[in-house]
Amino acid sequence: MGRYLLRRLLQLVPVFIGTTFLIYALVWAVPGDPFAGKCGERRCPDQYIAFMTEKYHLDQNVFVQYASYMKNLLQGDFGQTFSQREISDIILTSYPNTLKLALVALAIEAVIGLGAGVLTGLRRNGFLDNLVLVSTLFLIALPVFVVGFLLQWLLGVQWGIIKPTVSSEMRLSELIVPGFVLGSASVAYIARVARTSIAENRRADYVRTAIAKGLPMRRVVGVHLLRNSLIPVVTLLGTDLGALMGGAIVTEGIFGINGIGRQVFRAIVTKESATVVGIVVVLVLVYLVMNLLVDLLYAALDPRIRYE
Amino acid sequence: MSDILVSEQSAPGPGGSGRPAGRLLEVDDLRVEFRTRDGVAKVINGVTYHVDAGETLAVLGESGSGKSVTAQTIMGILDTPPGFVTGGQIRFHGKDMLRMSSEERRRIRGEGIAMIFQDALSALNPVFTVGFQIAEQFRVRRGLGRAEAKKRAIEMLDQVKIPNAKGRFNNYPHQFSGGMRQRAMIAMSLALDPEVLIADEPTTALDVTVQAQIMDLLAELQRERQMGMILITHDLGVVADVADRIAVMYAGRIVEEADVYDLYAKPAHPYTMGLIDSIPRLDEKGQQLRTIKGLPPNLMNIPPGCPFNPRCPMAQPVCREKVPPLLQVGTARASACHFAEELVNRD
Repeated sequence: MGRYLLRRLLQLVPVFIGTTFLIYALVWAVPGDPFAGKCGERRCPDQYIAFMTEKYHLDQNVFVQYASYMKNLLQGDFGQTFSQREISDIILTSYPNTLKLALVALAIEAVIGLGAGVLTGLRRNGFLDNLVLVSTLFLIALPVFVVGFLLQWLLGVQWGIIKPTVSSEMRLSELIVPGFVLGSASVAYIARVARTSIAENRRADYVRTAIAKGLPMRRVVGVHLLRNSLIPVVTLLGTDLGALMGGAIVTEGIFGINGIGRQVFRAIVTKESATVVGIVVVLVLVYLVMNLLVDLLYAALDPRIRYE
Repeated sequence: MSDILVSEQSAPGPGGSGRPAGRLLEVDDLRVEFRTRDGVAKVINGVTYHVDAGETLAVLGESGSGKSVTAQTIMGILDTPPGFVTGGQIRFHGKDMLRMSSEERRRIRGEGIAMIFQDALSALNPVFTVGFQIAEQFRVRRGLGRAEAKKRAIEMLDQVKIPNAKGRFNNYPHQFSGGMRQRAMIAMSLALDPEVLIADEPTTALDVTVQAQIMDLLAELQRERQMGMILITHDLGVVADVADRIAVMYAGRIVEEADVYDLYAKPAHPYTMGLIDSIPRLDEKGQQLRTIKGLPPNLMNIPPGCPFNPRCPMAQPVCREKVPPLLQVGTARASACHFAEELVNRD
């Protein structure tokens, strides 16, 4: 186990370098002049351009720029925006908000998705099963911004049950609706994966054994069946956290949450490449760590998977 | 059909000791069908057998003959749908289990009637330790505490002769060998000291040397505990040493029932004869193995008359018209063949 963990951690290094370089190269390849419009109506002074070019190695090729960026990054220096604001500062203020939102979404996914999946998996083709199938199809088909605007308008504006936007305090109660919006498509996928998994294992020999042992149905389902059916669901949930954080941009926009989505969008528009890269680099880290955690969770859920 | 045996013939059932009432477990004219999209398969068509304390009944038949489905119906683990019981009774201590509440039936499972499955690897839950799965019986069904349940589970592992039972307690099923897994399965099913044990092809998934060990263990435990045992198998060799009586099944019916000795010495049904003939023999080395020609009938479309008639070397016109009932032949055996008497009285 220890050796496996070490190997996995070492594997993260090339993956991290590869992904960050790709991001860096992509941002670098975006056409346009980073100084366009920076200095108001007129062209920026040559002095300023020379200073910035030197500072950010803008006259060098992408490899040199990337190398110097990584060198700073490894020392914890994310760099500054063109307006001299520390990028680490932006990350520190926006990341917790997005993380909070994504975790709420994840919790909603787990509870609703798993619950619906178990109930329908046990009784396929019943009324509840069809209801869940149709409603999840709706959630998958509808784009997030439609679900978001619809719920905001209905619950926030028409019925006044929630405040249409989230305050800067990011209270948990305020995050439930945005969390549902963010996780809506995933809820549907989780429900469907859980349903299939439960239905598949429902007929497994060991479930039959558990019944033949005379165990109460509650225990057969809650202990023997659920534990085996959880494995694909956990995979989906674990890898989804990264996707939720990366995909929060629309939800954050609708509910006025100051998260990374909004920051990345702004940075792309203003060609603040260092900010884009910085935020995405942290996102890559979240993905990598979650993937590792999911793999470790496998071993806990299924003892047949052994790590050597 | 037991009515035919008992009342019409007014003689004790095959191998019985003359006490038709008060049987431990009786299956009486059981009928089960599988309703599928392609049609209705009549899987069990009036099966009647019984088992008493301390005796072993072997149920013999090829795959699809309905021997396992009968067992699943007794246990109440028949997959419904597609399987539906359409008739008959399953009496445990004289009480029809098919009419009990599901809670009443559940309590019989494990304590009254327990079951061992063919493939212990898939029958044991892969994500729980073997010890947990045995101790679970003591904890959930007997309400014992964790430590006491563990102690009892280790005792059970000891009884089925798993070496280093204490150290093996925390192993997962995949860490056991095939034979050990089946032993663990036996330990689990015997935990609550059941009165009847149904062993559904317990050795089919094992290699030959281990098969013998497991059969010996089962026979020993059955004797010690004076359990009634229903041994389901398609292997005539396995049966000979352990069974008291044999019931041969074909197309969802019992075609012959007899004491082990009688059955081997003089089968009273052409199907049984074919089965015995097809056992490989050492004194016929080098010759082609004998088989029963043809295939078992399609259960969605069982031929009229005796279901075995298309494959039967002795078939007569009557066999294509009338279903032969399971009738008493001689003293303590029954056969469902129109020519059972001739078969038994031949030289």
